[in-house]
Amino acid sequence: MHSVLQRGNSILAYALSVLAFLTFCCFISTVFLNYTTNTDIKTVKVLVKNVPDYSASREKNDLGFLTFDLKTDLTHLFNWNVKQLFLYLTAEYTTPSNELNQVVLWDKIILRGENAVLDFKNMNTKYYFWDDGNGLKSNKNITLTLSWNIIPNAGLLPNVFATGSHSFKFPVEYTTSRM
Amino acid sequence: MDIATVFDDVKRMNKRQFFYQVLSFGMIVSSALMIWKGLMVVTGSESPIVVVLSGSMEPAFHRGDLLFLTNYPEEPVRVGEIVVFKVEGRDIPIVHRVLKLHEKDNSTVKFLTKGDNNSVDDRGLYAPGQLWLTKKDIVGRARGFLPYVGMVTILMNEYPKFKYAVLACLGLYVLMHRE
Repeated sequence: MHSVLQRGNSILAYALSVLAFLTFCCFISTVFLNYTTNTDIKTVKVLVKNVPDYSASREKNDLGFLTFDLKTDLTHLFNWNVKQLFLYLTAEYTTPSNELNQVVLWDKIILRGENAVLDFKNMNTKYYFWDDGNGLKSNKNITLTLSWNIIPNAGLLPNVFATGSHSFKFPVEYTTSRM
Repeated sequence: MDIATVFDDVKRMNKRQFFYQVLSFGMIVSSALMIWKGLMVVTGSESPIVVVLSGSMEPAFHRGDLLFLTNYPEEPVRVGEIVVFKVEGRDIPIVHRVLKLHEKDNSTVKFLTKGDNNSVDDRGLYAPGQLWLTKKDIVGRARGFLPYVGMVTILMNEYPKFKYAVLACLGLYVLMHRE
């Protein structure tokens, strides 16, 4: 005879294994997809200041200011195993003191079902562009790249770099006046 | 199956059978330990699976979600990755995203993190006077995601009585269950 407990136990175990199998199918059906796409980034206004960084060392560091245009369509990146895209705009550059610097200037969370057609004009950055020292003034090659981290319902967490980055240079003089 | 028959079962077991049950119980415990330690070797992380305990990465990760980590020393840290790190004076590791990174040519790297759901970076969470994280603070980097599964451990940690009840039931079941 089967008691209530035994019946409940087998129903629960069966339901869990079906759920696990379906989750695995969901993961395997999307793991090999290509999530890259093209973006269009431009900088509008670029200037650099030399001011004390009170959030860190309190020494005078280079602080970059920029506004940017961003245009891309990410609608086709969403499928049944994409819960959220975490977009971030990275500035990557080299200075004499650091071989590689990466600073996230702006980010955005897009949930599935939200508008994923982006067309921003003259956007301000969300985070301060502090350098670790004085490497921004007259820096000739700063590369802006948009990337996204895909958050699935269940599965891997890939970071994807968009094609179409933008390089710009900082002015040779500090801006001393207020903006 | 009521309590009397359960104890009848135990009484009817002879010494040999009882030892066999104890051994198979030990087998289960040791294979669980082997899987955990094996995962540590394969992933290079001291804690290859972590449960998200706070809402600071919402809406990507909620309380009770499970993360799979790797920590290969040759893989560089990059901006936008989700790292799990330990801070001196805090027992619980933190899961946050890398916001800024500076790498010198001898590949020493320092970086700053921020939770997606927090409005400021993590300098307030670090040890007093600590401005940056370095590679030795990293426990692992999030590679895989499974929702809800960690809820069981959160329940067990918040209600210790529930934990002991579950452990007692499992132990009794394994010791008394006869093939």
